[in-house]
Amino acid sequence: MKRSGSIASKIVPWTALAALLVIWEAAVRLTQVPVYILPGPVQILSTLGASWDLFMSHTGVTLLEAVTGFALAVAVAFMVAFVLNQVYWLNQALMPLLVASQTIPIITLAPLFLIWFGWGMLPKVLVVILVCFFPVVINLLNAFNSVDTDLINLFRSMGAGRLAIFRMVKLPSALPGFFAGLKISASYAIMAAVIGEWLGAQQGLGYYMTIAQKSFRVDRVLAAVMIITALSLLWVKLIEWLETHTMPWAAHERKWELDQL
Amino acid sequence: MAAIKVTGVSKTLEGLKTLDNISLAVECREFRAILGPSGCGKSTLLNIIAGLLKPDQGRIELGGVDWTGRTGRVSYMQQKDLLLPWKNILDNVCIPLLLRGVSRKEAHGTARTYLPDFGLDGFEAYYPRQLSGGMRQRAALLRTYLFTSDIMLLDEPFATLDAITRGKMQVWLKELCAKYKPTVILVTHDIEEALLLADTIYVLSSRPARVLLQAEPAGVTAAINNQLKQEILAVLEAPSTR
Repeated sequence: MKRSGSIASKIVPWTALAALLVIWEAAVRLTQVPVYILPGPVQILSTLGASWDLFMSHTGVTLLEAVTGFALAVAVAFMVAFVLNQVYWLNQALMPLLVASQTIPIITLAPLFLIWFGWGMLPKVLVVILVCFFPVVINLLNAFNSVDTDLINLFRSMGAGRLAIFRMVKLPSALPGFFAGLKISASYAIMAAVIGEWLGAQQGLGYYMTIAQKSFRVDRVLAAVMIITALSLLWVKLIEWLETHTMPWAAHERKWELDQL
Repeated sequence: MAAIKVTGVSKTLEGLKTLDNISLAVECREFRAILGPSGCGKSTLLNIIAGLLKPDQGRIELGGVDWTGRTGRVSYMQQKDLLLPWKNILDNVCIPLLLRGVSRKEAHGTARTYLPDFGLDGFEAYYPRQLSGGMRQRAALLRTYLFTSDIMLLDEPFATLDAITRGKMQVWLKELCAKYKPTVILVTHDIEEALLLADTIYVLSSRPARVLLQAEPAGVTAAINNQLKQEILAVLEAPSTR
């Protein structure tokens, strides 16, 4: 029962995706929608293949911005979560500001970054940082703060200092929350870089999409969307892989539960 | 000299008077039980002895030295096993040794010598999730023992176990204490458990906790123990004098 279920769980999503693409292609052909309104998946793929090198050079730029922004966001989020967890009054003071910062529409902020920081890589990286920072910091802080007080008291009773408690108890306990935040941020990172480029750039997928859109090359826009989606999914998969390999005990638990069936 | 001396300890928690002028002394290598109804402040008293809480009044002396409000001298085991799910059993029980600065290899060596007596032989590489509740409590007790073997506070260590496992664990703990002779304060609301394990039982009233009765079941026959049990029940059920 369980085994066939796990195979089905792999087949079902792929079948659904394939069915969707077939329906899309069929609909485009049957209704004869012009290519500059909506191209079918076959057309998009052939466009992608025809200008592969051009697409890849823009993808490289976008990916670099996204990875740089993501790495910086995670590093800053980790430090902020650590400090806010250790210093209670700072947590009280900064938490509302952090939440408020998320209500600012990025789309209005990005043009300001252009004014302040020019047309180079920096404003795009800043947009990625803004988007990726919050999911990590909020999940991590929540995970740090929700560690069992009895567990912390036990370590205190054994004479452990704050740093030892952080290293031995809070950090490993927080890993699931940390990865939950990482996955959300990973799925947003490339999109955020593209938004940054969309509002003013000289290279990158977002820049390419604005040019393609202006000349009604919907197939090129959608080909870029495909790259963005594929890369974002790969990124999330990579984080999931890291998650299972940094938390072997969790894999142990899953295996154990299977053994019990 | 008393291993643990509690003098006139009172504590009010969140506006509720929890402990009212508690005094007790535990001699070295003695097994004392503190018996009282649920929520009477037994755990608060242990938290104060462990140094996790400061008493409003009174003082705690451990081995003749004032340890009021200081941690690190006594080992403390709680109802939950509190084993770290990401460490295997051997690494879990070694935590107090590592915190004291012992090398991992040396800690493993020390811990291994105790595994058979604690019924954990062959399970050192398992993660806590893979073991039964009884085994996890035994691992938690070994961790407690490895922190400080001479003074141990046990806060309802078997309360979360099923009745059959609990019975086995009590017999096992009695044998273990006969062999290693630690100084123990066991907090429980289980009269049978207190009668079976302890040399001396302190019976506490419901909140605010006062010492109602001091009883010594050790070495007496089942009939007298039964009488003692009736006596304890009578004290606990008597209407409060205040």
